[in-house]
Amino acid sequence: MKNVVTSFCSIRNRQIVKDGQIVFRSEEGLLQAFLEKAYSELKLSYPRFYKMDRLSQLGWLASEIIFGGGSYPPNLPDLNKVGLVLANRNSSLDSDIAFHQSISKVPSPSLFVYTLPNIVLGEICIRNGFKGENAFFVQESFDTSFLVSYVDMILSNGNNAKCLAGWVDVLGEDHDVFLYFVEKIARSRSLEHDSSKLLKLYNTTWIN
Amino acid sequence: MDKLIADLKIQIIEALNLKHLTKNDIEDDQPLFVKGLGLDSIDALELIVLLQQRYGIKINDPKEGPKIFHSVRTIAEYITENKSDQP
Amino acid sequence: MNSKVLVVGLGVVSAIGRGVVEIHRSLQLDNSGIGEARHLRTNLELPVGEVKLSNDSLKDLLSVKDRIPRTALLGLLAARDALADSTLDLTGWRTGLISATTVGGMDFTENYFEENLEDLSDGNRDDVRNHECGKITQLIAEDLNVTDFVTTVNTACSSSANSIIFGARLIAQGHLDIVVAGGADALCRFTLNGFNSLRILDYRQCRPFDASRAGLNLGEGAAYVVLASDRVVQMDKIKSLCCISGFGNSSDAFHQTTSSSEGEGSFLAMRESLKRADLEANQISYINLHGTGTENNDLSEGMAIKRLFGSNLPMMSSTKGFTGHTLGASGGLEAVFSIMSIAHGCVYPNLGFENSIPELGIIPQLKFGNDLPIRHVMSNSFGFGGNCSSIIFSVK
Repeated sequence: MKNVVTSFCSIRNRQIVKDGQIVFRSEEGLLQAFLEKAYSELKLSYPRFYKMDRLSQLGWLASEIIFGGGSYPPNLPDLNKVGLVLANRNSSLDSDIAFHQSISKVPSPSLFVYTLPNIVLGEICIRNGFKGENAFFVQESFDTSFLVSYVDMILSNGNNAKCLAGWVDVLGEDHDVFLYFVEKIARSRSLEHDSSKLLKLYNTTWIN
Repeated sequence: MDKLIADLKIQIIEALNLKHLTKNDIEDDQPLFVKGLGLDSIDALELIVLLQQRYGIKINDPKEGPKIFHSVRTIAEYITENKSDQP
Repeated sequence: MNSKVLVVGLGVVSAIGRGVVEIHRSLQLDNSGIGEARHLRTNLELPVGEVKLSNDSLKDLLSVKDRIPRTALLGLLAARDALADSTLDLTGWRTGLISATTVGGMDFTENYFEENLEDLSDGNRDDVRNHECGKITQLIAEDLNVTDFVTTVNTACSSSANSIIFGARLIAQGHLDIVVAGGADALCRFTLNGFNSLRILDYRQCRPFDASRAGLNLGEGAAYVVLASDRVVQMDKIKSLCCISGFGNSSDAFHQTTSSSEGEGSFLAMRESLKRADLEANQISYINLHGTGTENNDLSEGMAIKRLFGSNLPMMSSTKGFTGHTLGASGGLEAVFSIMSIAHGCVYPNLGFENSIPELGIIPQLKFGNDLPIRHVMSNSFGFGGNCSSIIFSVK
């Protein structure tokens, strides 16, 4: 039986979409301002957010939208078996630039922490208590067929029961996030965990 | 000392990205590394950077940190005792 | 797992030499490669595990004329060596390359930035063309002529262990016949300054698992293993060194750069690797520890090991006192050392140890030992972000 996608969140062009509905949008302005406004208007509460770099803020925000509205940790059985698989093109370059600029004055430890793309995995796991497998790939573009195969593979052997997966990328003002939650058992509104279906969702421009 | 404490609060908020706080939210003697502000080991390192960049004070052993950074007042006292005369 | 995953080739370059023969000798004779940086230009006076070859020497060895980053040079050397060691002809087989790096081309980029601060469009753009992690992988893939499947992993210090785990999966499940898996990382000022800002570098040679340990020494290197299915080994009649019998990966979910005190992520990863290998803890002959020499890692890893192994502690050692912490390459390097341990029936010493960590009471392997019945070796790699991996290599 095929795995299913039970929720997704996309963040692009300063617009946040959850399961096909726009939940927040900022018409203009800088990415940082958009992220902080989204955090406050969506009434999120996690002061650690402000310490994160933009890659982590984007990934964390999307995961918060997917799991939000409930208790923390999320009401999922066995957090030890929730995995996380992400990919992007720019790795941690956005943060690398910021850290490098600090070297000429005094190298900043809080900036250095984020000069690895997998820290966003860590931030999401810390928030939600997920202890399953974590993987981060650096690839040319969002490859749904690769991710679907990889996630199906790690869900197939019993060590992971559910998986958060997707694409989280940022460089300067450009941001592109598509995060989705994969489970084995369908809920009321689920989508087959299928490469072309995911690609279609990813490429959709949402207008309410 | 009061001005230093007031300045420090603003500098700490900026250095540690505590954007959800204003200087009125931090009390002079409030422990910084217990629940209230939720600071961690990376924050402690950034405070070391702050002292070096703003006040020219180098802390060579991070283990001195917990004592120096106990509260805004203890930081202010440490700065007053150790401030470098050089700009 | 569905199909056996066999290790058929090794390639490695590190502070203690190139290739398994030279490296085995260094490990046997307690010859650490940690010392002053000779090739890396830096103001920081910190001991590092530098590869004793300049970029020009590396290019000569490789017969490469282009200016490419040091990470790529190290990676090319180790990857070519691994493939040559396997004696495989890739024609006709579905082959993959899974390569890891955290540094990428940063050594060139940081120099470019400094030299052209006035006008960033001034410099030679070729120097930054290979900055990205994926570009390093691409250079290696093109060199080895691997086209069926190529990808890049970056999960901090567990990166190349995760490359190997992914490669093993692809073979076990029949997606590929041969996988070259591992990673490379070169020293650079960006990383040295970064780790220094976290205050986890030792100004002396590191002392993993010692009570007085004060931090890690950064290192550089590259290591790749060639993995193949049973079918490849039988049809091409090649030698195999051992098999990958188990692996595990878990998130510690605690902090971006420190491990939980009870080492939960490490514990889960090791436990999962045993389960996959269908082994009991007391069947592990030797653990190649992650053992960086930081206060936090060694205590946390030690706690996790005690939880899992109880009173049946196997022989264990960290080899980072020889090579330094090679970050994205460390999982690969230490996989190679683990495989060498099985091949030689030996265990390598843990340099710098004098007294046990009081909370643990663990005494690692202090001397090189051989003629030992080494059947199953566990290799641990735990990275920033709480990414914890463990691989078990077993006699085939």
